[in-house]
Amino acid sequence: MTIKTDAVVIGAGPVGLFSVFELGILNLDCHIIDNLDKIGGQCIELYPDKPIYDIPGLPNCTGKSLIDNLLEQIKPFKKQFHLNQRVNTIKKINKLWQVITSDNKIFETPNIIIAGGVGSFEPRKPEVKDINKFEGKGFYYSVKDKAQFTDEIVAIFGGGDSALDWAVELSTIAKKIYLIHRRDNFKGSPHTLNKVKEISKTNKIEIKTFYQLKELRGKDKLENIEIQHDNGKIEQLDINSVIAFFGLKMELGPIADWSLNLEEKSIVVNTHNFQTNHEGIFAIGDICTYPGKLKLILSGFHEGALAAKECFIRARPNENFVFQYTTSSTKIQKILGVK
Amino acid sequence: MPKVTYIEFEGKEHSINLPLGFSIMEGAIQNSIKGIDADCGGSCACATCHVYVDENWVKKLPEIQESERDMLDFVTELKNNSRLSCQITMTDQLDGIIVRLPKKQG
Ligand SMILES: Cc1cc2nc3c(=O)[nH]c(=O)nc-3n(C[C@H](O)[C@H](O)[C@H](O)COP(=O)(O)OP(=O)(O)OC[C@H]3O[C@@H](n4cnc5c(N)ncnc54)[C@H](O)[C@@H]3O)c2cc1C
Ligand code: FES
Repeated sequence: MTIKTDAVVIGAGPVGLFSVFELGILNLDCHIIDNLDKIGGQCIELYPDKPIYDIPGLPNCTGKSLIDNLLEQIKPFKKQFHLNQRVNTIKKINKLWQVITSDNKIFETPNIIIAGGVGSFEPRKPEVKDINKFEGKGFYYSVKDKAQFTDEIVAIFGGGDSALDWAVELSTIAKKIYLIHRRDNFKGSPHTLNKVKEISKTNKIEIKTFYQLKELRGKDKLENIEIQHDNGKIEQLDINSVIAFFGLKMELGPIADWSLNLEEKSIVVNTHNFQTNHEGIFAIGDICTYPGKLKLILSGFHEGALAAKECFIRARPNENFVFQYTTSSTKIQKILGVK
Repeated sequence: MPKVTYIEFEGKEHSINLPLGFSIMEGAIQNSIKGIDADCGGSCACATCHVYVDENWVKKLPEIQESERDMLDFVTELKNNSRLSCQITMTDQLDGIIVRLPKKQG
């Protein structure tokens, strides 16, 4: 099924979120897609608890509180989030753009706003042979449907919160969990670590430290892995699935293949409406570049407002764009639900 | 002000004065020295600020923290003197430090 919408926003970071506001007060609906499993981009993934001092009119906030506030601000509008998926392909179909995600969701829209930051957050892959062969066939980087691990023997790699949380969570349905980490200190919350240790007394979770993944084996699906201890000793484990939490990295990814004019890792835009070299494709926030560009959240907010105006003109060719203040426009206040 | 020298992979040298308390990563970014990306802005979360610290200086650095060690596992061409430059803060003891930049970050 194809979803028709006024605009597709790629990236749910602060800049993508504020563009939803600017689209919203022009009465445009939108769909926001992000590869992360949560909303907030860098603010949430990299510095949720750190302070930010340069948001106009907000003397002090944190990465998380800024995102919470932005979500509050866009509450009134028609929008839908599609998380855990990457935009892989865009195609031109007549005057519209078709957007396809890694979950095969298809959108049709006159406007694409790329607010992709420094690129899509992607899982880091371990350097082992045949990794591509087993991805999705026993080797995973996230849990989309936990039921699939019912009665399985699962090896979870990593020492952070994701690894610990899933070890606890899956221990209730899986046959056995191996929690494997290359050091003996876990970075996750002490509370969860205690839980893991508690469960490990029953052998439902077996903790293996100072081990690294060496090899993957299996016919069509992953069946067996080889891990190596720091002292050189090698061990084989029969397993059904591996879930690897080796952290995230940022990658421009598919955006590089959309024949957009790029400068290093950024998309070149004009400063009139932040359109790229393709009509109807805009780039705002950290991912865009133009003479004088500053990679600040406040610059991205401004860029979003101007891009939204052009989106309106393209989505509503028969209507006139009217500049209005939120303070005094009855129309905007109706949309915001305050009148 | 203490001095830092960055040597690009191709051999080009940059010497700058870096105020106490700033990281070696920040010194490179503020002086537009190519070869340090610092995608995560110093959160120790991207490993794109990797440098090789000159052997004479390695021992003068404070010990590597666990979080940095975790990220170092992800750099291309890890060596014994590999460090993440966002985790090295300038002190008087480090006046004159030399770091070499890798061929590629990330
Ligand atoms: C430690 C730190 C401190 C900072 N402090 C400040 C500060 O004090 N003030 C300030 O103004 N700025 C600060 N910044 C910078 C600020 O966080 C960025 O400018 C801001 O996050 C950019 O927002 P964005 O929405 O453009 O991109 P991002 O926040 O990077 O979000 C982009 C999102 O797009 C997604 N994405 C990309 N490509 C795809 C794709 N193909 N498919 C699906 N999803 C995709 C990514 O997964 C990501 O979630 C700081 C940054 C860091 C790291
Ligand atoms: S700047 Fe990202 S780890 Fe140093």
